[in-house]
Amino acid sequence: MFEAVAFYLFAFLTITMFYITVTTSQALYALSALAAGMIFISAFFFILGADFLGAVQIIVYTGAVMALYAFGMMFFDTTREVHENHGNKYIVVGLATLAAVLVVVIFAAPMVSTNMQAFYPMTEGAGNTEMVGMVLFTKYLVPFEVAAFMLLVAMVAGIVLAGKKMDLSLTLMNAEEIQAIEDEKNKKVLS
Amino acid sequence: MEIGLNHYLVLSTILFAIGLIGVMRRKNLLLLFFATEILLNAVNVGFAAISHYYGDLTGQMFAFFVIAIAASELAVGLGLLIVWHKRHGTIDLDTMTSMRG
Repeated sequence: MFEAVAFYLFAFLTITMFYITVTTSQALYALSALAAGMIFISAFFFILGADFLGAVQIIVYTGAVMALYAFGMMFFDTTREVHENHGNKYIVVGLATLAAVLVVVIFAAPMVSTNMQAFYPMTEGAGNTEMVGMVLFTKYLVPFEVAAFMLLVAMVAGIVLAGKKMDLSLTLMNAEEIQAIEDEKNKKVLS
Repeated sequence: MEIGLNHYLVLSTILFAIGLIGVMRRKNLLLLFFATEILLNAVNVGFAAISHYYGDLTGQMFAFFVIAIAASELAVGLGLLIVWHKRHGTIDLDTMTSMRG
């Protein structure tokens, strides 16, 4: 009973928040609604017993991702109203629904047709975090390391692209300008 | 009333459809990124639900990797957006027609 009430409540809230994110013309409203929707999504993870995933969802999305987006919104001029692409609405909605149903059918078809076996079954008497740790550091160690390396690469790319000096960017200068800056730096060091 | 796997899959479908509508109707690239985050989250809900109802942790593992990919995609994407904004002063999709697509 509790589970049903919680599910429907959070489903309603999540759908409303994401709908606002998609349809509003104010970027600030979209950002706030997206942050709220992310937190409501984590409620589903807690209902489903994936506690660690829920905590990660809150930390990563509302902590890191939303902070980055807020930074981006400060950088871009998003206070003005966003103009939208007003094409044929019915085609857009129809295509989106069709594609989403297709994705679910693709995922659900193998489960309905065959009796699926648990690949890495849950261990008895262990908490969710413990089980996640056991599976992640034995069966999924290589993907875990690859994901860590990917995050490192993304961090380096973000630093290089966004740059420390916001008024000049190494990615937009040609070789002579970069060389001039380097020479200036060397002069300062030598003198 | 018992909440089953189908409830979660239907919810995941609805969220995914909302995200797809956003991807198709947004012109501002920052708001387009918001829509892609909605897509990734919708898939995560489906993964967690399947993981719970089949007693299998693989779904949760994939959800973790999806979150990691979302975070790195965002870092690189925002960096590229900043470079584009410095160069052109706008982040509208309609201005990105240099390849005459």
